[in-house]
Amino acid sequence: MRGATRVKWAVGVTAVALTAAACGGGSDNGGGGSGSSGGGIVRASWGDPQNALEPANTTEVQGGKVLDMVFRGLKKYNPKTAKADNMIADSITSTDSQNFDIKLKSGWTFSNGEPVTADSFVNAWNYDALLKNAQLNASFFSYIDGYAKVHPDTGAKSTATTLSGLHKVSDLEFKVKLNQKFSLWPDTLGYSAFYPLPKAFFDNHAAWLRKPIGNGPYAISSYTKGSLMSLRKWNGYKGPDPAQNNGVDLRVYTDNNTAYTDLQAGNLDLVDDIPAAQLKNVKSDLGSRYINEPAGIIQTIAFPLYNARWSSANSAKVRQGLSMAINRKQITDRIFQQTRTPASDWTSPVLGSAGGFKAGLCGTECTYDPAKAKQLIQQGGGLPGGRITIGYNADTGSHKEWVDAVCNSINNVLGDNKACVGSPTGTFADFRNKITDKKLNNPFRSGWQMDYPLIQDFLQPLYFTDASSNDTHYSNPDFDRLVNQANAEPDTSAAIGTFQDAERQLVKDMPAIPLWYQNGSAGYSSNLSNVVLNPFSVPVYNEIKVK
Amino acid sequence: MGRYVIRRLLQMIPVFIGSTFLIFFMVYALGDPVAALFGDHAPDPATAAQIRHDLYLDHSLPAQYVHYMKNIFTGDFGTAFSGQSVTALMGSAFPVTIRLTVVAVLFEIVIGIILGVVTGMKRGKPIDTGVLLLTLVVISVPTFVTGYVLQYLFGVQLKWVASSVSPSAPFNELLLPGLVLALVSLAYVTRLTRTSIAENTRADYVRTAVAKGLPRHRVIIRHLLRNSLIPVVTFIGTDIGALMGGAIVTERIFNIHGVGFELYQGILRNNAPTVVGFVTILVLVFLLANLLVDLLYAVLDPRIRYA
Repeated sequence: MRGATRVKWAVGVTAVALTAAACGGGSDNGGGGSGSSGGGIVRASWGDPQNALEPANTTEVQGGKVLDMVFRGLKKYNPKTAKADNMIADSITSTDSQNFDIKLKSGWTFSNGEPVTADSFVNAWNYDALLKNAQLNASFFSYIDGYAKVHPDTGAKSTATTLSGLHKVSDLEFKVKLNQKFSLWPDTLGYSAFYPLPKAFFDNHAAWLRKPIGNGPYAISSYTKGSLMSLRKWNGYKGPDPAQNNGVDLRVYTDNNTAYTDLQAGNLDLVDDIPAAQLKNVKSDLGSRYINEPAGIIQTIAFPLYNARWSSANSAKVRQGLSMAINRKQITDRIFQQTRTPASDWTSPVLGSAGGFKAGLCGTECTYDPAKAKQLIQQGGGLPGGRITIGYNADTGSHKEWVDAVCNSINNVLGDNKACVGSPTGTFADFRNKITDKKLNNPFRSGWQMDYPLIQDFLQPLYFTDASSNDTHYSNPDFDRLVNQANAEPDTSAAIGTFQDAERQLVKDMPAIPLWYQNGSAGYSSNLSNVVLNPFSVPVYNEIKVK
Repeated sequence: MGRYVIRRLLQMIPVFIGSTFLIFFMVYALGDPVAALFGDHAPDPATAAQIRHDLYLDHSLPAQYVHYMKNIFTGDFGTAFSGQSVTALMGSAFPVTIRLTVVAVLFEIVIGIILGVVTGMKRGKPIDTGVLLLTLVVISVPTFVTGYVLQYLFGVQLKWVASSVSPSAPFNELLLPGLVLALVSLAYVTRLTRTSIAENTRADYVRTAVAKGLPRHRVIIRHLLRNSLIPVVTFIGTDIGALMGGAIVTERIFNIHGVGFELYQGILRNNAPTVVGFVTILVLVFLLANLLVDLLYAVLDPRIRYA
């Protein structure tokens, strides 16, 4: 149907071009972008990584995707259950939730032949944490003893170059001392910042960056920055999850519409970001080859609690009222074509109920109820100044559409067309700066992609007093106490129960309104089978089979 | 002539400095780029400070500009956040965009001028009216519409061409994107040529040439066309710069990793070195293309002299 209309369009518009293209268009038949899919190679779409590809310097998903193909760490998150399984680690033990003894399996090597030893981890982590190296993920090492000396606060110089909490015992064993109790800490070690690094990284850093060397199921065979990375199956890989295909070609696309067109034209096998404009057709275009499942991403509307407008005793009622004024179901259906799921807690369904996800934990406060919403907002003294704006960045992610829809929903409830309007900021960088510099007086959109599938990662970095990503500057002693208690709790299920108790505190204070859980969406050609998305909504490349 | 060229070249210096400063200032005004590097995470202040120091962002704007210009004269255009030098980005992006521009300009010159001459000679005839209508359609339809439609038609339905361009971007893959890029300008070239030709067919020197009994093709090419091309050359000359900088829509649609793409990334990531570096080169292209146009006037019409 869509095809037909587009062709009709084409005929109308392009009569001139047709005459011209007759001489040009036909001649480059088969000059195709990346050739056929022969040889068991997966041709997949990719985005240009923002930063240099180093384990501790990669914060976004495009670079992380490659690291997860080229590297294996102490643990790996199970693509289906999100549980942290031992990979290189043979065992990680602790008697007090603070001192950990890590034993490695023998026989692991990097693709250049170097063995993976305790040094590969200790040296890498020391490098990653050192302030001079300015690694974006350095703060992930802040739980390790001695971090404050290698990575002091702004203005100070490092007084040590290595973390005092790391001790090599033998080639296959090292000990880690944390500066606080953190029973779930071993489960964080599947994150890419904790990957080991070979000597080659330190010997010739520039060469390594041109073509990173890791210890995973794939090795990089060529890398043209900004356009193409060719990964090939590494035959020396001894791990339990070798590649089921011969390799992956990651092609950088300037526009996900073009990637989708290439998938339809047969020039591409796998697109892991379906353009919003195509969501209406994707099911008829791809059928069962379209994947749409929850990812570890939650979208919220956060409040600047440091601002006087939102710091009064009654303003929690206004925030709860606003939450109840948003018709989540309608917005996720109409605007997102069901690629988001209405949220009813502050975590993500990918955690599973065993991991701490609890549908409905937020209760009535996150359920659409116009009458109650209006009543609560009035009880709380009304909207501060009579009206609010919702801040968002206009450059990526088409946030305008849903922000307008949320405001509409709020305006309808309050019966006031001007109660809520969107407030765009030009670029993401500028938007983040305003948040970091506490320059916002009004609620703003906020998204959180988990670093590791733990309930702790959805709560502590965001809502613990002075935590690293606490953009709302929320602070509640009860919440902090429960989180600390949960972290010290050696029994996992008890720890998760305590985290949920902490989460219930958020219902009362509502520092951020949970909106919806974001889904990962992908589509693939009939050349492929066994395509699944992991909890981070990244395709599990090594499991993909090519026909 | 020589003095004229030298004077023009000297005039370029203030234009160059002024424009780079303006661009530098504008990118700077977009805000601090470091926060965005951390994604959803709030930046760790110490790491952010270290990065700012490494990128010379912890100095005042004028100091940054002086530092940047000093580096430019040593051939160092700075580093993008991905760790690549901006010169390396230019080395990969400019050849691609230049090829695309060449294809587009060739389409403009060949198709545009031929159509213009034909319609100019046959004023009021059906072919004239037909082409005029078509150019009107082309001008009024935005590039992204023609781009997506042609891509879908020739790439997905007919499979005559690849729907996107491979990283190496050879000439044959750039024919369709080049045409899409050229279309609007092509229509203007047609109309400009038509008007100019139509005006000059009544000129005395054309009548003289015809009266002398010169062959028709000689009258058209040597006498009529040569004099009619001045406005067309002006247009195409300024269009070269516009095509190189403005190819962003076409480059996005056909996945071409050229100047437009790098500029877009640079702006999105607030990366001043990338944006200023690329625009600096584009400014030079504009200036040189304009100089070339002015010099061509003298060749086309010897009555135009330079002091």
